[in-house]
Parts: sequence; structure tokens; C-alpha cells
Amino acid sequence: MTAYLVKRLIIAALTLVLASMVVFAVMEVLPGDPARLMLGLNASADQVELLRNQMGLNAPLLLRYLHWAGGLLSLDFGRSYTYSVPVIDLVRERIAVSLPLALIALALSTIIAIPVGVFSASRQGRAGDTLAMSVAQLGVAVPNFWFALMLIYLFAVWLHLVPAGGFPGWNAGIWPALKSLILPAVALALPQAAILGRVARSALIEVLNEDYIRTARAKGLPYRAVLWRHALRNAMIPVLTILGLQFAFLLAGTIIIENVFYLPGLGRLIFQAITQRDLIVVESIVMLLVAAVILINLLVDFSYAIVDPRLRGRQ
Amino acid sequence: MSLLEIENLSLTIGATPILKGVELTVLPGEVVGLVGESGSGKSMTALTIMQLLPHLARAEGRVTFDGIDILGATEDQMCALRGDDIGMVFQEPMTALNPVKTIGEQVAEGIRWHTKAGRAEAEDRARKILDRVGLPEAKFPLSRYPHELSGGQRQRVVIAIACALKPKLLIADEPTTALDVVLQAQILDLLRDLVRENRMGLLLISHDLAVVTEMADRLTILRRGEVTEAGDTARTLSEQQHPYTRELALASMHLPARPKPHLAGSAKPLLEVEGVGRDYRGRRKSLLRPAQPIRAVDNVSLTIEPAQSVALVGRSGCGKSTLARMILALDKPTGGTIRFRGEAITGKAEAELKPARRDMQAVFQDPYGSFDPRQKVEKLVAEPLHLLEKQPTQAERREMVAHALDEVGLGPRDMDKYPHEFSGGQRQRLSIARAIITRPKLVVADEPVSALDVSIRAQILDLFAELNQKLGIAYLFITHDLTVARAMADEVLVMHEGKIVERGRTADVLNHPSSEAAQALVAAAPDLHRAIARRMQEQG
Repeated sequence: MTAYLVKRLIIAALTLVLASMVVFAVMEVLPGDPARLMLGLNASADQVELLRNQMGLNAPLLLRYLHWAGGLLSLDFGRSYTYSVPVIDLVRERIAVSLPLALIALALSTIIAIPVGVFSASRQGRAGDTLAMSVAQLGVAVPNFWFALMLIYLFAVWLHLVPAGGFPGWNAGIWPALKSLILPAVALALPQAAILGRVARSALIEVLNEDYIRTARAKGLPYRAVLWRHALRNAMIPVLTILGLQFAFLLAGTIIIENVFYLPGLGRLIFQAITQRDLIVVESIVMLLVAAVILINLLVDFSYAIVDPRLRGRQ
Repeated sequence: MSLLEIENLSLTIGATPILKGVELTVLPGEVVGLVGESGSGKSMTALTIMQLLPHLARAEGRVTFDGIDILGATEDQMCALRGDDIGMVFQEPMTALNPVKTIGEQVAEGIRWHTKAGRAEAEDRARKILDRVGLPEAKFPLSRYPHELSGGQRQRVVIAIACALKPKLLIADEPTTALDVVLQAQILDLLRDLVRENRMGLLLISHDLAVVTEMADRLTILRRGEVTEAGDTARTLSEQQHPYTRELALASMHLPARPKPHLAGSAKPLLEVEGVGRDYRGRRKSLLRPAQPIRAVDNVSLTIEPAQSVALVGRSGCGKSTLARMILALDKPTGGTIRFRGEAITGKAEAELKPARRDMQAVFQDPYGSFDPRQKVEKLVAEPLHLLEKQPTQAERREMVAHALDEVGLGPRDMDKYPHEFSGGQRQRLSIARAIITRPKLVVADEPVSALDVSIRAQILDLFAELNQKLGIAYLFITHDLTVARAMADEVLVMHEGKIVERGRTADVLNHPSSEAAQALVAAAPDLHRAIARRMQEQG
């Protein structure tokens, strides 16, 4: 078990280093001079050169990489060109929205998808399965912003249960903040749940055809017990893989939903930074997301080992 | 009173009839053999008794177990019977256990479910039954996972699950078919002992007449869903009243005709294997120490002459398939040299191996897995033709494929079919056609008939013998089945733990084995003649 974990950890660390080099290199070759950008079109060449020196942009490449990477390790991402505040402050504010949103959406998606997958798989080919899978098909096909609009109409405009948009901040209290995240989370979770439910169903159907399911039935266990105790855990590997991918997507790929609900999340920050050529912010968020994805993959790898003893090796 | 009574059982799945008017009884303490070829309905009979049939299956007739009407029983009643009064053991031990649960959990689960015992008590009983089936605590604690056990050990766990609550009836569906002969003998002994200890009824399902004869008091022969003959084992097999019984018995003992046996030392060797070894990287026990390599093949030497047929026999895991892969240049030896027609093939680049590959082809065990299901027979059989120096034209290619198909007893019209349109035996004929299309000098056949029914198997062995006589092809048969060696080989090599421990003329080795490994194989191999003789004595 430890050998497996140590190996995964080393691989994750190496991936992170490699990714940082790629991100840094891409930012190097992109056109556009940050100093020129900050000073505006009317600045003289001397002024730009002065600022470039101040910002350390004229130092050798390797030195700048090391300086940047060292900064990342101590959570010093530099200052935003456009807002002139430390990038870390911008990011911290946005993560306070994006991370809880992603977690709630992920939890919702799992809570919906697993029972639907189990239900469908156990009634494979029958009316209940067909209905559930048609609904899931619809869930995959309909874009999430449309869900979002329907949810706003139903729960905010009509029933007045939750706000239609905006985020009051965590300082306003946990409940008001959570309340404004519920609808976006549901809108994000529905399509994800549809995908996850289909994956869970097909993984389960495959497992239910395995010989050991027959062994469990021959023991006298009723079908339901076999399904929950023997089949589900074996079907978890593909489900966990998709779950990992979805979490990564939910962290930053939520820009449309953030716009619909007017939420100050990471997605909107990165979008603004790109349009304003605030390269240091882009660079930092990309690095942060890369790190998050690597961390999620590491967690997924660890959970594989928890689910499947064959990955742990001999004790 | 009989324990299990099946009267006039008919079964259909959708519109397909599977069983027609099957009759069968099992008394307490009795072993009844259910014999038949694949597709005859043996397993479906078993699944009917367990009520674990596929969705669209409809059963009619009467099945009574211990006074309970099985076909009319509710699912709850069946759950109470399964695993308690009726246990079942399946064919494939490698996949019969849940990979994510410990063997202790899996054995204790049924005990807890049926007896409502607490965890500690159930584990206690699981421990006892695992001890009983030959998995002692010191080496097999309850916390072991299935993947840490071998096939034979896993089958013992499956038997422990089935027998944990001392069932009145045990159904064993091909319980030893996936195991080598030595393990098979051990598992059969265990089943026999359990029957004797608990006066358990045993319904033993098998395609292997010799195994059933050794085990069963009575037998029922099934063909295409119908019982062709049933009765005491000794009488049924000695009188062989029904022609099908006779056919089965003859096929089981079939020896193909080879009028021109090969004379050793008559020619220059075709294949020379000299001191070949193969190490695999072992599993690391610690992060700091390097892993100990596993020696799969250890300093093996052998020669095969043109047109000679050699059998390499040994238990599963003895290294025989690894050796075959190295001979076929599909794997590189760690040491030693392999020469084919006087030229070394070890250490050669793929391009230089072309002539050798052309003259050395392979036939594998599984006729289902060795064809791409999306390609037509013409393309599949023509595959090795790319090894020829001069590429044949389209017309020539079809001609060659048609010829190869003709040689293995198929017609030219089969060329445009897909693999799924053929039966298992026909598919094995296709693999042989593919192997001989380049006119090879040597064919390496790895368990070429173990997946086939006895009658098909006899036909395929005949085909191998015929091609040997007609085309002068030399064979290396890799098998754990001594009847194949006896039927086909001029010479037998016995392999044990990576080494060749005995070699000699087939009759000498099989009738008077000298090494311990060969003796064990010969003693464990089921033999129909011997089994019938013993049954005759017992049953008069």
C-alpha cells in the first residue's frame, strides 16, 4: 500500500513541476509586453524599460522561472497588472465562492447519480430504466444555463425561496451565502449527475454479469443485498474517475453559470484577466487549477486503492 | 426418499427450447454425474434447481427439493434454500470470488445471513470450514483477498462458501475444468470426503466422462436438452446401450491414427533450444531492497526434429507457456539460445525473424479470443501471408485461403463468413488453417483442444495427426492433459518449476514415469478405462 501511495505522490510532484515549466514557457512566448500594457500606449520607451527592470522582466529566463516558482511555493503570486493588488488576495476571494460551489454541486451530483444508476442497472431494459435513462439523456443534452434560467424562474421569481443572483459574501452569515449558492449548484449538478448516472449504470451492469455476483446469489443473498454489497463497490472505479474529472471542471469551467447568477467566482476572474491581458493573474490561476487537478487525481488514485485491494499489493 | 427430484422438466429462453422432458433424481449421500457437451443444457439444469435462470427463461415440469416445489417457490423461499440447504460451486475459480472482499468476509457472509449469527461467531465458523477445505489459518488468514490465492486455492474458498452450512445438496458445475490434473484430483478428493462426512447429495456436472466415472454412483447423459441415457455408472458405461453414450466413450479415449510414427535421430534437428532461461521481475518486498527475480524457465534444453511431434506437459504455472512464447520469438530469453533450422533466433531484430516466423506458426487455446470478430475469415486466415517473400495477388490469396480451409475440413464458401458464424470446433479449425497457410515446418500448439468438447476434440486431434502425416509438420504441444500427449506425441517432456525433469518416448514416460512430478501428473490424470474397471468392481 505505502509503495503505491509513495509512487503516486512522486508522480504527482513531477507532473506539477513539469506543468509549471509549460505554463511559464507559454506565457513567455505569448505576444504582449506587460510593462507596456500597464503604462498605456502613450508611455515612452524609456519609461517602459524602467518598469521592465523594476518588474524583473529583463532578468535571465531561468532566474525568472525560479523566482516565479519560488513565489508560488510561498503563495506569493505577484501583483495583478490591472488591479495592482496581490494576485493571492484576488484568488482567495474567488475561491471562497468557487470551491464551496464545486463541492456542493459535486455532492448533489453524486447523491442523485448513484441511486439512479443503481435503480436503472437493476431494472435493465425495463420501463423504469428506459425512463430514467431518457431523463438522463435529456440532462446531458440540455445546456446547464437553461436549467439555471428555469430554476431562477421557479424558485426565485415565482416561489421567492432564494435570491435570483449575486453573492452576499461569507461575512453576511453562512445561511445567506449558502442560499445564494444553492441554485447555481443545482444547475451545475444536473448535467453532471446525468453523465455520472449513466456511467454508474453501465459500470454496474457490467459488474452484475460477473461470476462473483452469481456466487453471491448462490449464497442465498437477495438481489438487493447483492447489488449494494457486492456490485456497487466493484463498479466504483469508473465512477470515481468521472467524479475526479467533473470536480476539476466544476472548479473553473463554471463561467456561464457564474455569469447567469452574477457570482464572483474563479471562472469570471480568469475570463476578465484574459480580456485585460493581465497575464500574471492568468498564469497564477492556471497554475492553481493545474495543482488542483493534480491533487484531485492523486485523491482519485488513493481512493482506487481503498476500493480495490488488488492495487495495494501484498501486505 | 429422494432429495432432489426433477420430473419432465422443460425450459425455454425466449422462443429457444433449452431442455425437453429432463428427468433426474439425487438421493442423500449420493453422487450423480450429469454429462454432456457444451450447449446440452447441463448448466441450465443446475440454474433451474437454484432458480437463478436468466430473465426470459420459462421452466415447466416439476422440481422438488426436500419436499419443496422449487418451480413454485417464492424468491424469499429460494433465498432461504440457496447457500443453506443447496450449495453451488462453479467452473471458473479465478472470477468466482468478489475481488474487493476478503475471503473471510465472503465465507462468513452466507453464515451470518442464514443463521443470524454475530460477526465473531460467523468468522469462527468461516475459519473452521476454511480449515476443513485445506486452507489453514497460518497461510490463509481470513484477511486474505482472492487475488492473493491461486486458482486451486480460490476453488477451495468457493467450496467453503457452498459447504459452510452443511448443505443437503451440492451442485458442482465443472468444478475442476479450469484446473490442472493434480489440482483436479485434490478438489475431487475434497468433494468426495465432504459427501461422505455430511451425507450430502452431489450433482456433479462435467463434460469429462472420466472425471464423472471416477466420482459418480449414477450418471445422466444429456444431449441437446434431452436425457439420452441414465443409470448406474458402471452398467451405463459398460453396456453403452445408447449410441450417443458409446460415441462419447469412444471420443474420450480416441487415439488418432498415425501410420508413420516419427523415428528419433533420423534427421538434423529443426528446433534446438539450448540452456534457455527466463527471469521475471519479482514483487518488491521493501522500497530499499531490490526485488528477487522469479525464474519462470530455468536452463531448458530440447530439440525437435522435422515431422516429430513433441508434447511438453506440466502443471499450470510450471513455465511451459513462457517457454513456448520464447520459441515463437514473442518473448526474449534471459539466457541461452534458440536455433531454428540451424539459425539462432534469439537476439534477432523483428525484420530478420521473418523467415523463421513463416516456418513456425502457433495455435492457441481459446478459439473465441484469437480472432478479430469484425474481420472476415478470408482476411483472418490470410494474415500470415505477409511473411512470404513475394506477396500473392488477390486471386492467389483467395486460392491459398481456400486451399488451407479445404485442408482443415472447411469449404471455400466459409471464406466470406465472420468468426461468430462458426462453432468452437470450427473456429479451432480456422486457427489451424491460419497456422498452416504459410506451409510451416513447426506448429506450436498451446492447449489446442482443452476448450473443446470430447467429440470435437477427437476430430481436431485427427486433423493435427493428418496434417503431420500429409505435410510433415512438426508439433510442439503444450498441455497439462496427458491424454493429448498420449494421442499425439512421439516424445514427452515433463516440465516442473521451470525445469525439464523428465523426457523420453511417450509410452515410456506415461506408463513408467520416473520423476516425482511426472508420477504426480500420471497418477492424477483421469483415465476412463481405469475408472470404469474400478466402478465395475464396486457396483458388481
